[in-house]
Amino acid sequence: MTGRDFQRTMPGASTHFRQAPSLWSYTHLDAWLLLLLMLLCSYGLFVLYSASGQDMGDVTRQAIRMGAGFFVMIVLAQMRPRMLMTLTPWLYLLGVGLLVAVMLFGVSAKGAQRWIALPGFRFQPSELMKLVLPMAMAAYLVRDQLPPRFKHILVSLLIMAVPTALIMKQPDLGTSLLIACSGVFVLLLSGLYLRYVVSALVLIGAALPVLWSFMKGYQKQRVMTFLNPESDPLGAGWNIIQSKTAIGSGGVSGKGWLQGTQSQLNFLPESHTDFIIAVIGEELGIYGIGFLILLYLLIIFRGMLLAMRAQDNFSRLLAGSITLTFFVYVMVNIGMVTGLLPVVGVPLPMISYGGTSIVTLMAGFGMLMSVAAYSRSPRR
Amino acid sequence: MQQETLKDYSQDARIFKFRAALALVVVTLAFSVLLGRVYFLQVIEHERYAAISDRNRIQLQPVAPRRGLIYDRNGILLADNQPTFSVTLLREEIRNIDETLEALAELIEITDRDVERFRQRLQQRRRPYESVPLRFRLTEEEIARISLNYHQLPGVQVEADLIRYYPYGESLAHVLGYVGRINERDLETLDPVKYAGTHYVGKLGVERFYEPILHGDVGSRKVETNARGRVLRILEQDDPTPGVDIQLSLDLRLQQFTEKLLEGRRASVVALDPKTGGILALVSTPAYDPNLFVMGISATDYNALRDDIDLPLFNRAVRGGYPPGSTIKPIIAMAAIDSETVRPDYTIWDPGYYQITPGGRRYRDWRRGGHGRVNLNLAIAQSVDTWFYDVGHRMGNEPMARYMRMFGFGEITALDTPEAIRGVLPTVDWKRGSLGEPWYPGDSVNMSIGQGYMVATPLQLAIAANVLANRGRWQQPRVLKGVLEETDEGRVLTLPDLVHSREVPEDVVIRHPEFWDPIIQGMVDVVHGPTGTARRVAQGMTYRMASKTGTAQVVAIPDDGRYNPDELSERHHDHALFIAFAPVEDPQIAIAVVVENGGGGSSVAAPIARQVMDAWLLNDYGTEEEPDDDGA
Repeated sequence: MTGRDFQRTMPGASTHFRQAPSLWSYTHLDAWLLLLLMLLCSYGLFVLYSASGQDMGDVTRQAIRMGAGFFVMIVLAQMRPRMLMTLTPWLYLLGVGLLVAVMLFGVSAKGAQRWIALPGFRFQPSELMKLVLPMAMAAYLVRDQLPPRFKHILVSLLIMAVPTALIMKQPDLGTSLLIACSGVFVLLLSGLYLRYVVSALVLIGAALPVLWSFMKGYQKQRVMTFLNPESDPLGAGWNIIQSKTAIGSGGVSGKGWLQGTQSQLNFLPESHTDFIIAVIGEELGIYGIGFLILLYLLIIFRGMLLAMRAQDNFSRLLAGSITLTFFVYVMVNIGMVTGLLPVVGVPLPMISYGGTSIVTLMAGFGMLMSVAAYSRSPRR
Repeated sequence: MQQETLKDYSQDARIFKFRAALALVVVTLAFSVLLGRVYFLQVIEHERYAAISDRNRIQLQPVAPRRGLIYDRNGILLADNQPTFSVTLLREEIRNIDETLEALAELIEITDRDVERFRQRLQQRRRPYESVPLRFRLTEEEIARISLNYHQLPGVQVEADLIRYYPYGESLAHVLGYVGRINERDLETLDPVKYAGTHYVGKLGVERFYEPILHGDVGSRKVETNARGRVLRILEQDDPTPGVDIQLSLDLRLQQFTEKLLEGRRASVVALDPKTGGILALVSTPAYDPNLFVMGISATDYNALRDDIDLPLFNRAVRGGYPPGSTIKPIIAMAAIDSETVRPDYTIWDPGYYQITPGGRRYRDWRRGGHGRVNLNLAIAQSVDTWFYDVGHRMGNEPMARYMRMFGFGEITALDTPEAIRGVLPTVDWKRGSLGEPWYPGDSVNMSIGQGYMVATPLQLAIAANVLANRGRWQQPRVLKGVLEETDEGRVLTLPDLVHSREVPEDVVIRHPEFWDPIIQGMVDVVHGPTGTARRVAQGMTYRMASKTGTAQVVAIPDDGRYNPDELSERHHDHALFIAFAPVEDPQIAIAVVVENGGGGSSVAAPIARQVMDAWLLNDYGTEEEPDDDGA
C-alpha cells in the first residue's frame, strides 16, 4: 500500500543482479542453517556413542542415516517452491491413499499398524504426511486472500483431519499430534482471526472429556502415568522416574561422558532413542542440555527468519510450519523426558537413534532451504 | 491489478511477520520453561535424585566367610576349601529356563545329571533373588565363553565360590560328615543374617557339630549393579570374619590303616586316647564319598548309595545298635562285687548251663560242656556265661543298669558325633514303658551277658573301654583336639565354648576302688592268661593288653541247638565284638571293634584290634596280612 512496502520487495530482486552467484546461492543451501544442523548432528553422534553403550555400529548406522538426510535435504533445496506447490495436491492424495493402504494391508509391529512392506524395505506413510500436510494446507489457503475466511478454514481443517484421523487409528498418537500441529501452525501463521483461535480453544476444552472416552487403554495409561508416575513405579512410571533420576543426578556439570550410571547400567530405558536427552542430562549436566536447547533455539530462529524473508505466502506458511513443527518435536520430547508432558513417542530431533524421523526432518529443512534460496532470487 | 496484488502481498507479509515473531516469543518462553524444569531437576532437586541414582546402582551384598579348615592331630588337612567358578541362574531374571539351558548347553558342557540336579535345586525353597547353580568347576575357557555371551543370557552369572573338598573322601566321611547346600529345612533354623551369603552348611558329623565356629561371620560389600542386578564392580568391602580352623584328635594314618583292615566288611572300629578322651580313629565301613554331597548329589548317585545292601550311608560307629554281648562282662562283674551282691572270690560250678529254678529253662553257656569251677577272673578271661547268669540273676536289673550307665551305656556322652544314638539300657521302668511288660528274672540273666534288650553302639563300647582303662575316670570323648587361634605368639590350640555344650559324665563311683584290680586282671587274662578267649592275639605282643571278646547273636539259637555258621546265611552269622585297652600299665589307646556277621569276637575282631594297637603303640603299620585265623 505504501511506498515502503513496495520498496521492501525490491532489494531481493536487485541483489540478484548485483552479486555474482556465491557458493551458497549456487547450491541453494543456507549456510547458517546447514552449520547449525551439522553441529546438532555431530553432538547427536557424540551422545549416541555413550547412550548406545559405546556401540560404534549404532553410531555408524546413525551417521549413514544423517548422510541420507543431508542428501535428501540438498535435493529438495533445489526444487522451486512453486513446483512443490503444483505437486502438492497429488502428493496429498498419494499420502492419504498410502495411509488407507496401511490400514488395509499394513504390517503390524508392537500393536500398531504403521508400516507398508515393500520388497527390500519398510515404509511409513505417516512420515510422508508430516511433510505433505503443511504443504497441502498452505497450498489450499494461499489460493485466496489471507487471513482465510471461515469456509476456507473449515475446508483446511478437513484436509488436516483426514490424515490425522487415519494415523491416530494406527494407532500412533505422537505422529498424529505432530501432523495436526503442523496443520494448525499453517492456520495460525496465515493470520487466522483471534476470535476463531479463542473459540477453537474453548471447543477443544469442551471436547477433551469426549476425546478421553475415545482413547485407547495405553493412551489413557500414559496420561495417568504422566499425572502420577509414582503410582506405577515398576511399570508405566518406570521410564519417567528413571529419566528424571538420570537428569537430576547429573547436576550442573554431569557425571561425565560415558560415566552416567543410570544410562550405562541400563536403569534408563530407551536411553538411545526417545529418552536420549536423559543421557545428556546425566553425563553432561545442565551445560549439555543448555547447549542442546540453545542449538535448537538458533535453528528455530534461523528457520523463522528464512520464513519471514520468503516472497510468497505458500513459502512463508510452509517454512513457518516446518520450523514450528520442529519446535514441537523438541518441546514434546524434552517435556516428556523431564516429566512435564505425558509420555508420547516422539524422538528428539537429530539426536535420537532411528532412521525415519531424521530423513523426514532433513527433508523439511530441504524445503526450508528451497524457500530461502528462491527468496533470494524470486524471479529466477 | 498489479498494484493490488503487491499491496496484498505486503499485507500478508506483515501479518505473517507478526505471527512469526509471536511464535518466536512463544518458542523462547517454552524453551525457558524447559530450561527451568531442567534447572529444577539438576540444581534444586539434584541431591534427591543423586541419592535415588545411587540407591539404584549400589547394593549391599553379603559376603560369605571362608569356612574353617579341619586338620588331623598331625596337622594334615582333612577338609579344604577350593576356589571354583560355577554358572548360576537367577530365576527371577529368566523368562524361559529351557531356552536358557539350551543356549548354555551350546557354550559349555552340561550333562543330563547337571540339569537333573539343577531342577531339583530349583524346586527347593530359596531366598528371593538367590541364584541357583547349574554347573560347578568351570574351566577358564568355559568362563570366557559364557562371559562373551553375557548380554544374550540375562540372569546367567558366573560366580566364584569356595567349595568344600575332602581330599580323603571315604576315609573320613563318617567322622567329618560333609557340608551341603542350604535347603528348606536348614533355612528354618539358620540365622538369616549370618547366613545371608552362605550357600553351604554342615549337614553331618564334625562339620555339623562345629558349624557355629567353622562358619565364621558374614561380611558385606557395596557393589554397583546394573538394572538386571549383575554386579559390575565392588565399591567398598567389609570383610567377613573367616571361620575358625580346628584340629581333630583323629590320626589320619591310623584312620586309613584301620579302614584298610576293615575293607570288604560291614564293620566299625572306634579308638580313643584314654589320656584325653580324644577319638583317634572312627571307622565305619563301607563308607561313601562325601564330596558327592557337597554340591548336591544326583538322584541316581543317591539311590545307588541308599539301595546298597551294605548301607554305606549308615554310620555304624555311632548309629549301629548292636547287642554288646560279652564285652560288657567286666562291668557286670564290677557291678556284682561292688554292689556287694557277691564277694570278689565268688565261685560257681559251671555244668554248661544255668537254671534259675531247678528243672527250669536252661541258659546255655557258650561252651557246651561247661568250665567247671569258675571264679571272677576265669569268668572274665574265659567269658563264662553261667557265672554271669548267676550273679546277674542275683543282682537283678537295678545294680546292673546303674553301673552300666556310669560307663556311658544308654547315654550319649561323646561331644561331637551329633548323629550318635543312645542305644538301649534296659531297666524295669524302661521295659514297662516301652513294652508294657514287667521285668522277669530271665531278663536279668540275658542282660548279664549283654543280650536281650541291650543295644549299644561301637562308640559306646569304645568309651566304656576308655573308662575302664582310666579306672572310672571320665574324659570327654570327642573328635576335637582344639581350635587353632591366631595370637601374637602364633597359632595356639584352645578349646571352644562348644565343648561345654555337653556335660562330661561324672567319674564312676566305686565303693571299693580296690576292685578295679581283679576286674582289669580278668581283662588282661583274656589275652595273656593261659586260657583267655583272645590268647591267640598275644602272640609276639610286646605290650600288655586288657580286653574282652564278645559275640552277639543275630538269630536266636534254640535252647538245645548249636550255633553252626555253615547252616546259616552270611548275614545271620554272629556279630564279632571286641573291646580293649593297652598298655595296661599306662593306657594309651582304648578300642572297640564290631564286625557285623563276622563270627567270633576272638577270631575276627581281636586281631583287628591288635593290628590297630600295634600301629598306634609301636608305629607298626607294616604289612596288613591277616593273622592266623584258626576257628572260633
